[in-house]
Amino acid sequence: MSSSITATNTGKSRFLDISHIDMDFPTPTGSFTALKGVDLQIEKGEFISLIGHSGCGKSTVLNIVAGLYQATKGGVLLQNKEVNEPGPERAVVFQNHSLLPWLTAYQNVELAVKQVFNKTMSKIEMREWIEYNLRLVHMDHAMHKRPSEISGGMKQRVGIARALSMQPEVLLMDEPFGALDALTRAHMQDALMDIQNELNNTVIMITHDVDEAVLLSDRIVMMTNGPEATIGEILDVKLERPRSRLALAKDLEYNRLRSEVLTFLYEKQRKVENIHQKTATTTVQQQENKKQVNEK
Amino acid sequence: MSATTVKLSSATISEKLLAIAKNVLQKVTQAMLLPMIGISIFLILWSITAQSIQTSLGEFPGPAAVATQFVTLYEEHTLEREKADAFYQRLQKRNAAKLAKDPDYVVKSRAYTGKETFLDQIFTSLVTVTSGFLVAAIIAIPLGIWMGLSKRLNSALNPIVQVFKPVSPLAWLPLVTIVVSAVYVSDDPAVSKSFLTSMITVSLCSLWPMVINTSIGVSSIDSDLLNVSKVLRLPALTHVRKIVLPASIPMIFTGMRLSFGIAWMVLIAAEMLAQNPGLGKFVWDEFQNGSSNSLARIMAAIIVIGFIGFLLDQMMLQLQRKVSWDKSS
Repeated sequence: MSSSITATNTGKSRFLDISHIDMDFPTPTGSFTALKGVDLQIEKGEFISLIGHSGCGKSTVLNIVAGLYQATKGGVLLQNKEVNEPGPERAVVFQNHSLLPWLTAYQNVELAVKQVFNKTMSKIEMREWIEYNLRLVHMDHAMHKRPSEISGGMKQRVGIARALSMQPEVLLMDEPFGALDALTRAHMQDALMDIQNELNNTVIMITHDVDEAVLLSDRIVMMTNGPEATIGEILDVKLERPRSRLALAKDLEYNRLRSEVLTFLYEKQRKVENIHQKTATTTVQQQENKKQVNEK
Repeated sequence: MSATTVKLSSATISEKLLAIAKNVLQKVTQAMLLPMIGISIFLILWSITAQSIQTSLGEFPGPAAVATQFVTLYEEHTLEREKADAFYQRLQKRNAAKLAKDPDYVVKSRAYTGKETFLDQIFTSLVTVTSGFLVAAIIAIPLGIWMGLSKRLNSALNPIVQVFKPVSPLAWLPLVTIVVSAVYVSDDPAVSKSFLTSMITVSLCSLWPMVINTSIGVSSIDSDLLNVSKVLRLPALTHVRKIVLPASIPMIFTGMRLSFGIAWMVLIAAEMLAQNPGLGKFVWDEFQNGSSNSLARIMAAIIVIGFIGFLLDQMMLQLQRKVSWDKSS
C-alpha cells in the first residue's frame, strides 16, 4: 500500500495536501504519539471517509485540517496555502451539532453568514442565502425554532446548513450522524448525497459506520490503530452516482467493498489490548485533546 | 335501557368531578394550607416562649406586641409626613410674605430635618443596597469574564479573590469609614458619608461571588462552541458578545443572586455601625433607646428585613427567567 502513497505524492500539487503529519500530545508520563506519517492528497470535489477504531486519531487528523490543532511535524496545504489556524473556508460539522442554544436555527446560520459574507452581500442577499441553505437541508419549516425545540436529526441538519452557508472549500464532518438513531441516520445520509449532487463539495468525513462510508465516499481511508496511527489502506469506491441504498444492497461491488473495509477493521486491525488498558489510554488522549484545544 | 346509560354516564361524570376536586384540594393543601399551619405553629410557640423570657426591657415581645408596633410605626410615618407638609407650608407662606415686602429678596428654601420614619429607613436601605450591588456588578462581571477567558489572569487573581471572599463586612467597615472620611471631602456632598461607607462595604462583600461564578461560567463554556467561534474567526469582541456572554448568562445570574443575598445581609450590619439612616440604624437606635417597646420594634424590623430579602431574591429570579435563554434554571 505504501507504494501507492508515494506514487500519488510524486504528482503535482493537489487541492488539499495532508503532508507527512506527526502528532504528539504531551502527557504526564511523557509524550504520546497519536499520529505518525499521515499522508493524503485529496482532489477538488472528492468525498473522503476516514474510518478506524475509536482512539485511532481520526478526529486528530480532522482537527489538524480544520486548524484547531497544529501538527508536530508535517503540515496541511489547501490550494498551496499552509493551514495554520481555523477558518470558515474549512467549515466543520461537529458531532454534537454545537449550535448556540440561545439562537434560533436561522440565527445560528446567520452568525456564520454575517461573519463570512459581511462585505460581499447585502442584507437581503444574506437573508436569501441563509434561507437557501436551510431549504437545502429541509429545515425551512422550523427555521425560527431554537435547538431545544427540535430533534437531534434536525439540529444536525442546521449544523450542516451552517457549515454549507460558509461556502467552504473543504467541508469537514466529525461523525456527523454518530449520535442519531439508525433511521434518522439513513435519512441524513440520503439528504447529504442530494446536497453533494448539487454542490459537489470537497468533503472529509469521519465515520464508524461501514455502510455509511461505502455509500457516501469516493475513497475510504482506513486508519491503523494508535498509538502512532497512520493510514493503513485506501479503498477507491467506483460505484455510480446517484447511489441508492436499496439497489446497492444487492450490488456485488458494493458488498465486496463493504467486506474489504470489514476485513481491514476486524481482521487486520483487530483491537487486541485488554479493555481496561484501552479505555485508560483513550480517556487520557481525549483529555489531552481537550487541553490542546482549550489552550489555543 | 336508555335510563341505565344515563345513570352510568352520570356516575362516570361524578367520578371525574371527584377526581378533579381531589386534585385541586391536594394543590390547595400544598400551596396554602400547609404553610399556614406551619406559620400558626410558629406563632403559637413564639408567644408561649416569649412569655417566659423576662428581660431588662420587660417581657420578650410576642406576635401581638409586634403587630401593634407595625401599626404604630405606620402611624408615626403618617404623622411625620403631616408635620413635614405643615413645615413646608409655613416656609412657603413666610417666603411669599418676604417677597411681597421686598421684591429683591432671594427665596431661601430649607429642607425639613425631622427624624426619618421606618418607611424612610426602608427606602434608604433599598437605595443603599442597590447602589452597592450595582457598583459590585459593574466591576465583578467584566472582571469575571476576563478571568474566565484568560487562564493566566485567573491564576494571578484567584488567590486574592479566595482570601478576600470570606472577610466579614464588620472587618472592612472601620477601614472604609476612615478612608471615606479622608478622601471624600466636599463642602456640598451629593451623598452623605454614612451612605458611601455602607455602600462601599456592601460592594466589597458582594463582589466575590459574582467574580467567581462569572469566571467559572466563562471558563466552562462547551469547547465545541468555542471551536465554532474559532472556525468562524470571530473577532475578540464579537466572540465575547455573541458566544461568551450568552453562554455564561445562567452562571452570571447565579452569582448575582448569591451576591444580592449577601449584600442585603451585609447592609444591615454596615448601617448599624456607619449610622446610615436605614434599617440597620433603626435596629441600633432601638437597641440604644431601650424603651419598653424597643424589642417589639426590633422584631418588627427583623420581619421586614426578612421579607425584603425574600422579595429581592424573587425579583432577581424573575429577571433571570426573563433574560436567560436557559429556562430550566
